[in-house]
Amino acid sequence: MGKSKQANDMPKKNLLSRLSGMSDTNLLLTITIVVFFVMYIGAIVFQGKGFLKPQAFFNILNANAALIIASCGMSLVMITGGIDISVGGVAALVSMCCAVYLDYHDGNVLGAVLIALAIGLAFGIVQGYLVAYLGIQPFIVTLAGMFFARGMTTIVNTNPFNVANPAFVALKETRVVVPGMGSYNKAGNYVNAYVEIGVVVAIIVVIAMFCILRWTKQGRYFYAVGGNAQSALMLGINVKMTRFLSHLGCGLLAGVGGFAYFLHVGSGSASHASGMEMNAIASSIIGGTMLTGGVGNIIGTFFGVLSLSTIQNIVSSAGLDQAWWTGITIAAMLCLFLVVQSIIMARKDKSKK
Amino acid sequence: MKKWLACILVAGLICLGLLACEKKENSIQQEDQGEQLITVGFSQLGAESDWRSANTKSMKEAFSKENGYNLIFEDGQQKQSNQIMAIRTFIQQEVDYIVLAPVTETGWDTVLQEAKEAGIPVILVDRMVDTDNEDLFTCFVGSDFELEGKKATAWLKAYLEKKGIAPEEVNVVNIQGNLGATAQIGRSEGIRYAAAEYGWNLLDQKPGDFTQAKGKEVMEYFLKRYPELNVVYCENDNESFGAIEAIEEAGKKVGTDIQNGDIMVLSFDGVNGEALQYVIDQKIACIGECNPLHGPRVSDIIQSLECGIKPPKLSFVSEEIYVHDQTVKSVSVDGKEYSVTTMTEEVANKKAEQFGN
Repeated sequence: MGKSKQANDMPKKNLLSRLSGMSDTNLLLTITIVVFFVMYIGAIVFQGKGFLKPQAFFNILNANAALIIASCGMSLVMITGGIDISVGGVAALVSMCCAVYLDYHDGNVLGAVLIALAIGLAFGIVQGYLVAYLGIQPFIVTLAGMFFARGMTTIVNTNPFNVANPAFVALKETRVVVPGMGSYNKAGNYVNAYVEIGVVVAIIVVIAMFCILRWTKQGRYFYAVGGNAQSALMLGINVKMTRFLSHLGCGLLAGVGGFAYFLHVGSGSASHASGMEMNAIASSIIGGTMLTGGVGNIIGTFFGVLSLSTIQNIVSSAGLDQAWWTGITIAAMLCLFLVVQSIIMARKDKSKK
Repeated sequence: MKKWLACILVAGLICLGLLACEKKENSIQQEDQGEQLITVGFSQLGAESDWRSANTKSMKEAFSKENGYNLIFEDGQQKQSNQIMAIRTFIQQEVDYIVLAPVTETGWDTVLQEAKEAGIPVILVDRMVDTDNEDLFTCFVGSDFELEGKKATAWLKAYLEKKGIAPEEVNVVNIQGNLGATAQIGRSEGIRYAAAEYGWNLLDQKPGDFTQAKGKEVMEYFLKRYPELNVVYCENDNESFGAIEAIEEAGKKVGTDIQNGDIMVLSFDGVNGEALQYVIDQKIACIGECNPLHGPRVSDIIQSLECGIKPPKLSFVSEEIYVHDQTVKSVSVDGKEYSVTTMTEEVANKKAEQFGN
C-alpha cells in the first residue's frame, strides 16, 4: 500500500510516516511493545519497590512460561484463521499423566517429556484432521477436545497430588541464574536473579516459531491461508495441509506448554491450567494477532503475555484487591486492542479502493 | 489521514497506560504517610463460600490502617499458581509478614523457602501446608477440622443412643469438600473414624467442592443410588443447602426423625444466618462451627512477633457445636468434654451480628 510512493514524497522519514508505512502486522506489534514498556515503566515510576528489581520481571516470566508456549501455538492457529480452545485441557491432562507416570509408575523425566509431546501431538493430529479434512468448525472441534481432555484428566486420577520423584523435583528446582541481575532481599542477603527451565524452553519456542513464520515457505503459507483461503488455494497452496499443520503445531505446543506448567507447579490436578486457553487467546489478541486470520506476530504474542501479567500485577499491588478488578482491566485492554484492529481493517479496505 | 490515525492511536494507548498507573499514586502516598505501618501481604485462596467471605472480612478489619497495618490483599481465585505468584510479589515488595491461606496442602516448599531466605515470617491460616520442613512457616492459625468432625459425629452418636436407634440402622453418605483441602481431609477423617468406631454404614462419599450447586448434584446422585440412606454428612453449609434442596425435590423430608423416613443433615461452618435458621427449623440437625474470625488471632501473633516472642506453632480457634434440640447436653471427644449450644433465635442473631451477614 503505497510504501514506495510515500518514501519518495518524504525523503526525511519521521516517526509518523514510518508508522503508517508499516504493514498491519508490524504496526500492531509496535503498539503492543510500546504499551508493554509504557506500562512497565509506569509501574516502576509509580509503584517503585517491587517492580524495580529485575527479579520481579523474571517472576512474571517464571509464572507465565507455560502460557507463553501455549500462546505461540494459539497465535499459529489464529493466524491461519482458526482457533483452539483445548490448550488448557491438554495442559491439565499432560500434567496429570506426567505426575501419575512419575510417581505411581516410577517413570523417568525423559519418559514424562515424551508423554507430554505424545499427548499434544495426538490432540493436534485428531483436531487438525477434523478441522482441515472434514471441514468442521475449529471452535466446535476444539471445544469437544477441551471437554475430552478435562474429562480424561479426572479419569487418570481424581485426587490432586504432588510429585515426589527426586529427578523431577531436582529439575523443577533448577534455576538458571541470570548474571548481573541479582539484588539484596529484605534480610540483606544477595540473591541471584533466576529463571526456571520452563522460561528457557519458552524463549526457544518463541524464537523458533518466529523464524518459522517469518522465513520459511510453510510459515508464509499460514498467513496466506488465514488472510484469504480462496486466493491461497488459487496460488497452489495446499490449504488443507496448512490448516492441519497449524492445529498440529498448536497441539504440540500445548503439550510442551503443559509440561512447562507441570514443571512450574510440580503437581497434577484436574483444575490445573483452567482458563489457560482464554488467557492464550487474550494474549494473542493483545499481541496483535487478528481473530480473522492472516495477521499476527509471535514476538507480539510474547509481549501480549507479559502485558497481561503485568497489568494483573499492577492492579493487585495497587490495592485494587478484588479479583474482578483484574478481569475488568483485562477486558478493557482487550476491547481497546480489538477496536484498534478493526480500525486497521477499515483503513486497509479504504486503501484498497 | 492514515498517519494521523496511527498517531492518535499510539498517543491514546500511551495516555491510557499512564492513566492506569496514575490511579495508584494515591495508595503510594498513603504508604508514605505512615512509615511505621506494618505491611502484611495476605494471599487468600478465593471467595468460594460464605465462610471464606467472613474470613476475608475478618482479616481486612483486623489489618486496617487504624490498627497500624498496611494490608496487601491478593485473591488467588482457587489457583495455586496465582498464590505462588502472589507470594513472590510480596517478597519483591518486601512486606513485613506474609499471611497465606493455601488452596491445597502440597507444593509450597520452594516458595516458602524463598520467603524464609528473605527473612519474612509466613503465617498460615485456615489450611495447613504439607511439608517435611516445619521451619518453613512461623505458625498456623486455624480450625481443628478433625476435631470438628469428631464432635459432630459424637453428638450424632449420643443423640441416636438417647433415641434408641441401633448403629446398624444408620446409613450415612458424605458430601466431601474440595479434595485435598485441609477441611475436607479432617472432616472426612472424622466421619470415617466415627463409622468404623460406632458401627454405622458409610455408604459412599463424593466431593461437592464446598458449593451449593455441586452439593445438590451429588445429593441427587446419592438419593437415586442409595434409597436406604438416612443421614447426610455435608462438609460445609453451602453443600448442605444444595443437599436439602435435592432431598425436598425428591419428595423426601429433611428432619431428625430418621426412623420414620426423615433424612438427617449434619453440616459444618455455621457462619451464615440462613444455615443457623435451618437449625432452628430442624432442617439441619447439627452444625460443627468453624470459626472464621482469624483476623484478631493473626494480629495478636504479629504483635507478639514484633516484640520478639515466639508464638506457638499451632493455634486453634475455639469452636462450638450448634444443634436443633436439647437431647444431648455435651459430647466427649478423646476424653475431653465439649458443651453443645442449642440454636435459638437469640443465639442466631448474636452470631449474625458477629459475622456481619
